[in-house]
Amino acid sequence: MRFALDDGQTAFGRSLDGMFAAADTPSAVRAWARGEHGPGRALWRRAADAGVFTLAAPGGLGGVGPLPVEVGVAFVEFGRHCVPGPLVETVAVMALLSRLAEAGEAAPAKEWVPKVCAGRARVTLAAPARAEHGPRAGRAAAPAGGPYAPAADAVDAVFVATAGAEDAEPGRGPVLRSIGPARPYALDADAADAVFVVTSSDGEAADGDAADGLWLAPGHGPVLPSVDPARRLAVPAAGGERLAAGPAVREAAAHARLWAAYATAAQALGVGHALLDRTVAHARRRVQFGTVIGSFQAVKHRLADALIGLEFARPLLYGAAVALAAGSPGARAEVAAAKAAACDAAYAAARTALQVHGAIGYTSAYELSLWLGKARALRQAWGSPEDCRRDALELPH
Amino acid sequence: MDLDLTPEETAFRAEARAWLAEHVPATPLAPPETARGFAEHRAWERTLYEGRWSAVSWPCAYGGRGASPVESLVFEEEYHAAGAPVRISQNGIALLAPTLLAHGTEEQRARILPPMARGETVWAQAWSEPEAGSDLAALRSVAVRADGGWLLSGNKTWSSRAVFADRAFGLFRSHPGADRPHRGLTYALFPLDAPGVTVRPVGRLDGKPVFAEIFLDEVFVPDEDVVGEPGQGWRVAMSTAGSERGTALRAPGRFTAAAGRLVELWRSAADPGDTALRDRVADAVIRARAYRLYAYGQVSRPGPPPEAEASLTKVFWSELDLALHETALDLLGADGELVDADWAQGWLFALAGPVYAGTNEIQRDVIAERLLGLPKGRRG
Repeated sequence: MRFALDDGQTAFGRSLDGMFAAADTPSAVRAWARGEHGPGRALWRRAADAGVFTLAAPGGLGGVGPLPVEVGVAFVEFGRHCVPGPLVETVAVMALLSRLAEAGEAAPAKEWVPKVCAGRARVTLAAPARAEHGPRAGRAAAPAGGPYAPAADAVDAVFVATAGAEDAEPGRGPVLRSIGPARPYALDADAADAVFVVTSSDGEAADGDAADGLWLAPGHGPVLPSVDPARRLAVPAAGGERLAAGPAVREAAAHARLWAAYATAAQALGVGHALLDRTVAHARRRVQFGTVIGSFQAVKHRLADALIGLEFARPLLYGAAVALAAGSPGARAEVAAAKAAACDAAYAAARTALQVHGAIGYTSAYELSLWLGKARALRQAWGSPEDCRRDALELPH
Repeated sequence: MDLDLTPEETAFRAEARAWLAEHVPATPLAPPETARGFAEHRAWERTLYEGRWSAVSWPCAYGGRGASPVESLVFEEEYHAAGAPVRISQNGIALLAPTLLAHGTEEQRARILPPMARGETVWAQAWSEPEAGSDLAALRSVAVRADGGWLLSGNKTWSSRAVFADRAFGLFRSHPGADRPHRGLTYALFPLDAPGVTVRPVGRLDGKPVFAEIFLDEVFVPDEDVVGEPGQGWRVAMSTAGSERGTALRAPGRFTAAAGRLVELWRSAADPGDTALRDRVADAVIRARAYRLYAYGQVSRPGPPPEAEASLTKVFWSELDLALHETALDLLGADGELVDADWAQGWLFALAGPVYAGTNEIQRDVIAERLLGLPKGRRG
């Protein structure tokens, strides 16, 4: 047993940390939020040059992976430095297309994966939550939300995986469906070269659009701002080119969701550490009552709790990586546990960060805001806390 | 990165599992808070010893097995999964023994450890005092120099299992003129039946005498029963405290087994539509898994983990234990208040977790100061 990063993995994380620290990611996020994708694309290019995207793709398609541990290491740094763009969705698209290729549908993978690995194409993905996790599975009153394709306006392709006629036509579904959008959002579709959409046949009716299918969306609706300024949501346009159909899409989409949830967990862990580090630094220099506030027990204890949450989420993340690497059937539960714990820990760190910073932390001008909103958005992305807990019940014990 | 056991470790797990399946008593022993129950548990310690399972992590020379850190975690997983009895020897085996291995003399190890492994000498911890709880360094019990040893006097309290135990390890002020409260302390071992010792049982919330007050009136302790240098007891004691807060005393296997039983209870007793309870069960499962993987991570690194990490684990497992048992009691509904039921007894035990071994408030101070680098401040 060696349940620790090796020297190469540690060095890889450090090099990404150093690279992004020197790259003024906060300015890139602010530009991204205005729809100016130049600085964000430059970061994207650097990540691609560092080989990050090749880690998620298999060798035959221009990648060196899939290497879940290394992907996790990279996404912790993406989160720590608030790197904008549909990074999680990119990994998910590669998981989806690679799995489809294994099932004999190789054309989409051959077209897109090498380009994405090389940083020459930016893609995003919209896919519905797993059917049994939809509102009809008993999650009363939970607004479905999404799936949005994050950053659909910034990518080259939005892949859409849809689920069921009800997702496509909210008027026919239960009333609760009207809380969420009719179709999954795509993240950063306005920055993408391709917006991939997955549809599924879980609904009662099965018109062409609702059957299991992978689509290349012909465009997207208006870009909607997120609580995280680095996330821009848009509903992919219906129709477009159908790249694949049938049960293989469903299976590949499930695989893609697993990877998306895993990468989101890693990103959340990095977000939490960034929030904690900044807050500790603030507590060490902010003086009130004649002394630094970090010497007060009430402040210390909140910060200690934030660290405990993050320190015990990390092993779950890498436990999930080991399960993913092994292709273990238990991977779903391990990923779910990691996502629940990492997102809880990141959000707890965000609340502590805001409280310890006081009013300055509540301002958009202060950099902390870039991480605060992300901690909230990631909780719901690619598996809600409730969905994750349900899946985690299958953990070994 | 992997979680694979070596063939040797897999064989170790199989051997432990098979032995436990054969030897764990089919009917539960009497509660260890009774004389009969304590005797039964002492006999179980002897059985464990005869199988060489009573102190797996110790060197073979003292009755252990020389098990690796991974094997030690594996043994605890198997032990708790098998539903084996509570270890009345745990404070000796998991707290005093590592202290002796680090700070004791060879003579002390050879004299003290084998009877501990056989369950012949059961040890209690004598640290807290009426006026020295979280502020342990404020302790007032004294060790006064005598010919060939020390005379111990004072009042210790909250000493688990001291009602029936044989000996105790404690901290005493030996050099009253020292410049700081935590200097001038001596770590000494004493018999609980020595002349001058009075043990008065203290009832836990449910009245069971799980701990005791200890009064000492000029109790003689020979020099060979001082651990480390006289006056250096604080440093020795902090090594014990690290064991108490970390994975050795409250191994992950204890919580993964409890989480497994909680899931079984939930599946058999819960309304599947009650997602609030389901989420709490899931949280217990997730946190037990996190602790287990955290421990695997610790043993994968070379050398012992930094002392302050034990404060992270202590807060984590104590809060997990409490939440897990609270969830079980809620699942049991009206039966949850029956105090002698296993889950209620476990809850009572868990209630003490955030208090003993250094309160969780003290642990959070340690985390903030040593791991986050925040400045020391006055407590409170």
